[in-house]
Amino acid sequence: MSPPKPPDLLPDIFTRWFAGRGWEPRAHQLKLLAKARQGRSVLLIAPTGGGKTLAGFLPTLVELSERKRDSLPRLRGRVREGDDIGTGQIPPPAALRAATSPASGGGEGKGGLHTLYISPLKALAVDIARNLETPVREMGLPIRLETRTGDTPASKRMRQRRDPPDILLTTPEQLALLLATADAPFLFGTLKRVVLDELHSLTTSKRGDLLSLGLARLFALVPGLTTVGLSATVAEPHELCRFLVPQPLDGENAADLVIAQAGAQPQVTMLDTEARLPWAGHSARHALTEIYDLIKRHTTTLVFVNTRSQTEFMFQELWRVNDDNLAIALHHGSLDVAQRRKVEDAMTAGKLRAVVCTSSLDLGVDWGDVDLVINIGAPKGSSRLMQRVGRSNHRLDEPSKAVLVPANRFEVLECSAAIDAVADNAQDTPPLRTGALDVLCQHVLGRACGEPFLSDELFAEVRAAAPYATLTRADFDAAVDFVATGGYALKAYERFAKIRQGKDGKWRVTHPRVAQRYRMNVGTIVEADMLKVRLVRSRRNTSMIPRGGRLLGQVEEYFVEMLSVGDTFVFAGEILKYEALVEDEVYVSRSTATDPKVPAYEGGKFPLSTYLAARVRGILADPRAWRALPDQVREWLEIQQWRSLLPPAGDLLVETFPRAAKYYLVCYPFEGRLAHQTLGMLLTRRLERLRMKPLGFVANEYALAVWGVGDLGLRIARGELSLSALFDEDMLGDDLEEWLAESALMKRTFRSCAIIAGLIERRFPGEEKSRRQLTISTDLVYDVLRKHQPDHILLRAARADAATGLLDIKRLGEMLSRVRGRIVHKALDHVTPLAVPVLLEIGRETVYGEAADALLAEAADELIKEAMS
Amino acid sequence: MKRAVLNQGACLSSPSPLAGEGWGGGYAATSAHVASPPSRPAAPVDLPRKGGGEGSKRGDIVIAAVALSADPSGALYWPEHGLLAVADLHLEKGSSYAARGQFLPPYDTAATLARLGRLIAHYAPRCVVALGDSFHDCGGPTRLSAADRDSLHGLQRGRDWIWITGNHDPEPAAGIGGVFQDTLTLGALTFRHLPTGASGDVCGHLHPVARISQRGRAVRRRCFAADGTRMVMPAFGAFTGGLNVRSAAFADLFGTLAFTAHMLGEDRLYAFHARRCLAD
Repeated sequence: MSPPKPPDLLPDIFTRWFAGRGWEPRAHQLKLLAKARQGRSVLLIAPTGGGKTLAGFLPTLVELSERKRDSLPRLRGRVREGDDIGTGQIPPPAALRAATSPASGGGEGKGGLHTLYISPLKALAVDIARNLETPVREMGLPIRLETRTGDTPASKRMRQRRDPPDILLTTPEQLALLLATADAPFLFGTLKRVVLDELHSLTTSKRGDLLSLGLARLFALVPGLTTVGLSATVAEPHELCRFLVPQPLDGENAADLVIAQAGAQPQVTMLDTEARLPWAGHSARHALTEIYDLIKRHTTTLVFVNTRSQTEFMFQELWRVNDDNLAIALHHGSLDVAQRRKVEDAMTAGKLRAVVCTSSLDLGVDWGDVDLVINIGAPKGSSRLMQRVGRSNHRLDEPSKAVLVPANRFEVLECSAAIDAVADNAQDTPPLRTGALDVLCQHVLGRACGEPFLSDELFAEVRAAAPYATLTRADFDAAVDFVATGGYALKAYERFAKIRQGKDGKWRVTHPRVAQRYRMNVGTIVEADMLKVRLVRSRRNTSMIPRGGRLLGQVEEYFVEMLSVGDTFVFAGEILKYEALVEDEVYVSRSTATDPKVPAYEGGKFPLSTYLAARVRGILADPRAWRALPDQVREWLEIQQWRSLLPPAGDLLVETFPRAAKYYLVCYPFEGRLAHQTLGMLLTRRLERLRMKPLGFVANEYALAVWGVGDLGLRIARGELSLSALFDEDMLGDDLEEWLAESALMKRTFRSCAIIAGLIERRFPGEEKSRRQLTISTDLVYDVLRKHQPDHILLRAARADAATGLLDIKRLGEMLSRVRGRIVHKALDHVTPLAVPVLLEIGRETVYGEAADALLAEAADELIKEAMS
Repeated sequence: MKRAVLNQGACLSSPSPLAGEGWGGGYAATSAHVASPPSRPAAPVDLPRKGGGEGSKRGDIVIAAVALSADPSGALYWPEHGLLAVADLHLEKGSSYAARGQFLPPYDTAATLARLGRLIAHYAPRCVVALGDSFHDCGGPTRLSAADRDSLHGLQRGRDWIWITGNHDPEPAAGIGGVFQDTLTLGALTFRHLPTGASGDVCGHLHPVARISQRGRAVRRRCFAADGTRMVMPAFGAFTGGLNVRSAAFADLFGTLAFTAHMLGEDRLYAFHARRCLAD
């Protein structure tokens, strides 16, 4: 089917504007426009640089330009082509009467809010607004567009509710806030379209759940509302299509799909290092000069790494070899905003040769003329890598260029798998979420703050949101009960109810204060507790803590917990010494140390994708595939094959061997660190029960090592220990339950749920306090609740999170089921090549498997030894 | 894993009746989970504990030359007088928060009383002293559920019960039995809520917790803070948070850092000099 001809769709003024810029409307832009004009909702999948944003707004701009031509155009801004207006379909003069609107706000707001644009980042909303102003101004379109974010002044926000612009650019949280006011029906009554940008990234988190509920509310408020979703390539576009439209009670409903022509195939290669490839670690220090040379040979390079600490490290190291004084900058989400803006501005102005960054630069915003992307460390996922690679070279007809730098041998395998995946254009984005119950609780309260609701109606409305399409009535009622009085079996709090059912059957808030507090706590992002880092002068021979100094950024509280006064670490591109903790600020001074004590960080936030993991197992199992690998890696695998074995792709290899008076069991599931940690917790529990005396374990992305004082290999050989029993899926029953009772990760998960659902409020009116000052610890609440009401909605919400989040139980379950009957045991008398990387992690990574009490005992004993020696 | 061995009338050196409840300032260890089927016995596993040496002899803390037995649950027993002291129960804290719009689980009072009940069953004390802040607020006693009130009366039966007044509950309240006193002096010791620093003081109020770091992992637990002359007891209530012993309040009380934090473990106490403890 050929796309509709431009003249039918695109008003002359647009055609001329495109032509004036030397552009031609792209096929996908016109296709989307055609569908939107038929009143369809559309998902557009397009690569970065494909004119995606303009495509998303084109239907709105066209409609608004026509609407304005039907009334009196009162043009704002610099209008250069004002003469052209009305040369299309000339409006009848009668229509001119309509437009004597009051002058306030430009006078064009009379039509009300037409299009709502929602982006995951407020910076993106601001950026898009700026970009959109150009065509609006150049075509002289009488369109008012405004942003609304947390930074928008209260007076302006108030005004926006009374006198909305034509186009409002905002975030999911602001949408929730707008919906939770009595003005919502008025404000959104005129809405025609919602544009959802970077939809692929929004839908993978609880923010997506919140957004889906907000959308469901909008669909209920405005029948006939349509949506445009903009997304990078995903594995299951159909799921995003469902997200964009209200789901019927039976069956499903989906938006139309428009896929832009893909750009040139990206050129992705792996750095063929001259240096010796490390066995473990994530630093890629070995390839430093090679990375520097790449930067030198290109105009602007983005150097992506996986964690904040790695950005710091790589930045430091690059400057150490930066003999040419290249402008190399640093960018990560924990840096102070002002510092980040400076880097971003320099980047846009083309002043930088390289930026070392994390995923803080993954999204959206256009960074000018990047001609190379370097990805250091594991790519983790194929889609993720493709999105990063897409940051380079925005001209579609030329290929993006990227170099992968594996930091260790396993990462070579992962990089190799990722390059193949990119060549196949294989996507591995996660599936659409099932809507979280804690987010539902927040939404229910928000709904009551907006307008009284009937349970039946709200249930139907919520079910229209794709993530909540399978929500049961029981869960919905539990959420309402939670909001009303806490959802406890013991009905103790009726008299304190936040929402109450009136005689008309409608739920409404009991006090305006409830709505006020809802507004202060809206949102689903629960940050790790962050502490500000402030630079002070070093304290010398005095216990006086120096004051003042400038803010460098923020670090996670748990990181600071590991530090002792005097420890050095790298942050904001400097080696710093920890001086003191003063309230919520970490005081640091510049250190003269050349070798900072960089503590063990969590390796990366994202686990290796299931898809890439399967590809890596495929490479391992197929010696023919090794030919493509660097010599050192091939050699490593060959020795492994000779010493032990490399199992077929679907099997799980378990090796046992003694080493230094301990006995090790190492397995290679390739399911990511989180799933491995959970497996390690559960395996050691089982081994304890079997009296096999495990001492600890350590996990990395690829493998898990457990050690103890007993010879596990011997016990297996004697038939006293069955590996299939040890790895049986039933560990996800009782063992998991027991572990969850005490798991700090589970408590962290619960805390997020408690905050999102509103059990614990992050902020009270008039005071904004961090958890440090909260008088109630969610850990204590967790303990009590778990004992007295284990099926409470928040515990269920936390469990659902644990399945995919910090504990990755779901993936572990899939793995255990996959390897059932396919465990290959190799009893050895020697550590194997494949086991070396994970064993090297001992000492770098936190060693688990010992209860906190054992640590206390150990610490206490050390003191005794000290005292006695 | 250890499980509670409920040993009625056992001698004082027997394991705490609360051992294994994982009651440690929210850093709970094992706990009997409701969903665990009874079929699998909770057999104690003979895990080689790192070290596992003598440590401080469990539970013995001397204050003003009086030997007291400190229980890992956070209670204090004085064998000579058959006296059991607990500090900062903060009963009805949940409902106090609920009244202000945060619906904490309404199970804290029941949970706290149940733990206290097991201690009482174990030590069979002649007298129980609650060291103030027994209720989270003055309205607490009136919000007490009938069931919790009954179990409280059950605990009081056959023994003396002294409510020391605290800053959260400065006034005597009706319907909760016991007698109300600002302080209780017995021999060399004075039981009171607010620390005064005087010799022989056994007090509460500060909710001491200590934090140590070992092998990159921090452990934070409630603790007894004591220097041989005076003692601050840990808070006993289910929802009671803690104040780090490195806070100024403790330095003010003990003067410098010359005191010991006896951290609550699963089945014993772990003693650390205050200097070894970390700030939060």
